Amino acid sequence: MSVLLIAEHDNKNLKPFTFNAISAASKIDAEVHVLVAGSGCESVAKEVATIPLVKKVLHCDSSNYQNYLPENLAPLVVKNADKYDHIVASANTFGKNFMPRVAAALDTSQVSDVIKVNSTDTFVRPIYAGNAFATVKSNDKKRCITIRPTSFEPAPKTGGSAQVEKVDAVDVPNFSKFVKREETKSERPELGTARIVVSGGRGLESGENFKLITDIADKLNAAVGASRAAVDAGYISNDHQVGQTGKVVVPDLYIAVGISGAIQHLAGMKESKIIVAINKDGEAPIFSIADYGLEADLFKALPEFLSELNKLNTIQK
Amino acid sequence: MKILVAVKRVIDYNVQIRVKEDGSGVHTDNVKMSTNPPDDNAVEESVKLKESGKVKEVVAVTIGEEKAQETVRKALAVGADRGIHVKADSYIEPLGIAKILKKVVEKEKPDMVFLGKQAIDDDCNQTGQMLAAMLNWPQATFSSKVSLKDKSMEIVREIDEGLETIEVNLPAVVTCDLRLNEPRYASLPNIMKAKKKPIEQMAAKDLGVDIANRVQQLKVEEPPKRKAGIKVANVAELVSKLKNEAKVI
Repeated sequence: MSVLLIAEHDNKNLKPFTFNAISAASKIDAEVHVLVAGSGCESVAKEVATIPLVKKVLHCDSSNYQNYLPENLAPLVVKNADKYDHIVASANTFGKNFMPRVAAALDTSQVSDVIKVNSTDTFVRPIYAGNAFATVKSNDKKRCITIRPTSFEPAPKTGGSAQVEKVDAVDVPNFSKFVKREETKSERPELGTARIVVSGGRGLESGENFKLITDIADKLNAAVGASRAAVDAGYISNDHQVGQTGKVVVPDLYIAVGISGAIQHLAGMKESKIIVAINKDGEAPIFSIADYGLEADLFKALPEFLSELNKLNTIQK
Repeated sequence: MKILVAVKRVIDYNVQIRVKEDGSGVHTDNVKMSTNPPDDNAVEESVKLKESGKVKEVVAVTIGEEKAQETVRKALAVGADRGIHVKADSYIEPLGIAKILKKVVEKEKPDMVFLGKQAIDDDCNQTGQMLAAMLNWPQATFSSKVSLKDKSMEIVREIDEGLETIEVNLPAVVTCDLRLNEPRYASLPNIMKAKKKPIEQMAAKDLGVDIANRVQQLKVEEPPKRKAGIKVANVAELVSKLKNEAKVI
């Protein structure tokens, strides 16, 4: 039997992590069907249909699904769940929000944040902020799974031509209402998918000083991250937080500046390919996982770092 | 109005956990335990709403072994009025926990249920949403600001893209982010007073719900260790290593 993947999108385009979720779903079963629920989202349904790994698209268009309220979305997923053994979504704030509602309605125990698919019923997932990996076997007949997007390669985008089938909207409970969304607009790459991430912590001492971080990020075409301490202190907005309850990133290069390296932060970045730590405290735990550590005052080191980068003839993009 | 707030006992967030050699789990003997951090935020918000006068009673509930009661005592010491301890000796999945909480909700009839957004041990992030679905209530997850109105709540939620504001009718389930508030410490006199506050006891198995686990834990292992790196002497060396050795810039 097949897998139903719930697409994340903004009614115009697919969100990047949906490609990762589709590739994870295809490791569970090759028959991947994708539900695109939204309002005026026909272009998204068409976009999904061109993904070679997708065998069928279920397209549901209704203003009820414009803002993906979980109270509205979950009943639609449940109604379409009959034919599927697995319901899959990304383990980000989109999937985490609605998937447990689906699982509860189906009386099935959800497996969250899967980083490896061993078979149709056995998965690996991190626990204790990634300080242990648990291999778990789901004995439910129908399985609700959220996958960690950064643990799976994105699916190829074009070349397919899946059939698009319209499905009807279902009644909504009308007890929750979307008011507004304040998205942080940035010209920089998205934190979750960037090749390079430059992150700042409490050591930056103020929001203004984050300019030292953003200058480097712009030079390297990198995304900007932050520790929870920096976000709590109001230096930078919450969508930059990397860690156990923030975002998990796996860039080629992660530069941690003024971040001591609490286990909750390490949970969000320790799978990065190359880790650089810049910290004036030589005993900071971040050095224990850094490939290159620089024990230095960041207020001296960062301007120097920028000027050294400016000396380079080429910088990879 | 009345709030039910759920608290879980977990390994303290400062403890570096150790995986058991036989792969059966992690060491918990002689390990410091405390309330799951975002559950402290849930308790704090409940108590603040009571202090604002809009909420009359805050009931703290926990599910777990005998010692789980400590988390309810802590909630009582910072301002919850009474407690409920649902005894269970072994691990119960979020699905089972949500079923137990539903039973408690049916009995207590609160207007709101507050929980932490995620437990830092199993990192599931499911219980609040499951409970909301079972009760057919709306939910507000990852909440960083709560404004209580007469028949609804306006909530600011932390999402990947930034912030989202929603309005949910009461009754509702709220899962709390760490940035919702700053949990207070209990004063010694309040800790003493909390010892006199009642904690009702019940057993999970007597509640008539199916709490059998559906997901079998086959093994728990340490994640691959990172190789120790080097310290560089200065910024020039760092840039040179990144360019010529790691080849990432």
